[in-house]
Amino acid sequence: MGDLSRLQREMNRLFDGATAGRWSGQFPAVNLHAHDDGLVLTAELPGVDPQSLDMSVKGDTLTLSGARSAATPAEDEVVHRRERVAGSFTRTFQLPCVVDAEKVEARYTHGILTVQLPRTEAEKPRKIAVKTS
Amino acid sequence: MATKDLEQQEAATPTRVERTHEWPTFSPAVDIVEQKDRFVLKADIPGADPQTVNVEFEQGVLTIHAGRQTPEHTGDMLWEEYREGDYERSFTVSDDINAEQIKADYADGVLTLTLPKVEAAKPKKITVNVT
Repeated sequence: MGDLSRLQREMNRLFDGATAGRWSGQFPAVNLHAHDDGLVLTAELPGVDPQSLDMSVKGDTLTLSGARSAATPAEDEVVHRRERVAGSFTRTFQLPCVVDAEKVEARYTHGILTVQLPRTEAEKPRKIAVKTS
Repeated sequence: MATKDLEQQEAATPTRVERTHEWPTFSPAVDIVEQKDRFVLKADIPGADPQTVNVEFEQGVLTIHAGRQTPEHTGDMLWEEYREGDYERSFTVSDDINAEQIKADYADGVLTLTLPKVEAAKPKKITVNVT
């Protein structure tokens, strides 16, 4: 009976997550925004040492890799729940435009990595004046 | 000695106040590890504003709640794998936990709770009086 109600709760939790649009795919989950001057990529990386993050940008390709260490349980420890993702990860993204690799900036706050990806000058939208004759 | 189920399970019916806002509330992923003298709970709450991280213990139910800072980036959303919202999850805690001594630390989007166990009843030696 206890197992059944636990299963029920787990199911509810899963569905709650699904209906709320929770991503359950790759780690880390990322969002990408676009604005006039470029792109902003954010990634959920709680408990990841920013020093362990490795990021490279080339043209319109961004690669993010790193690792989240799993605490190895001591001998007298009992693990009751292990839901948090651990291990190393690599994700490569093709961006919708070429970005200026020199000007890419990344910041890590409260477990969120925010990467500012400015477009190259050539990629920026240009205003074209319409001439009238 | 009757062994108690020490595993902390989510409360079946957490008594909580409904929140009236339009962003979603997520149940954070947790790790729970039991050591000799304590339980350690880690919850992933990326993006949570430290000011809003709240841990409550009432009538044997431990509730963690955290709010998210409003995102500063504007522009068009091109790709969305996660949504921003609050975090909340409740656990039923056994009597073996010393609620007064629960410790909470928040760093890098991870909330770590340390729940010390109460000092176990030590076996007592009873002297037999011989008359």
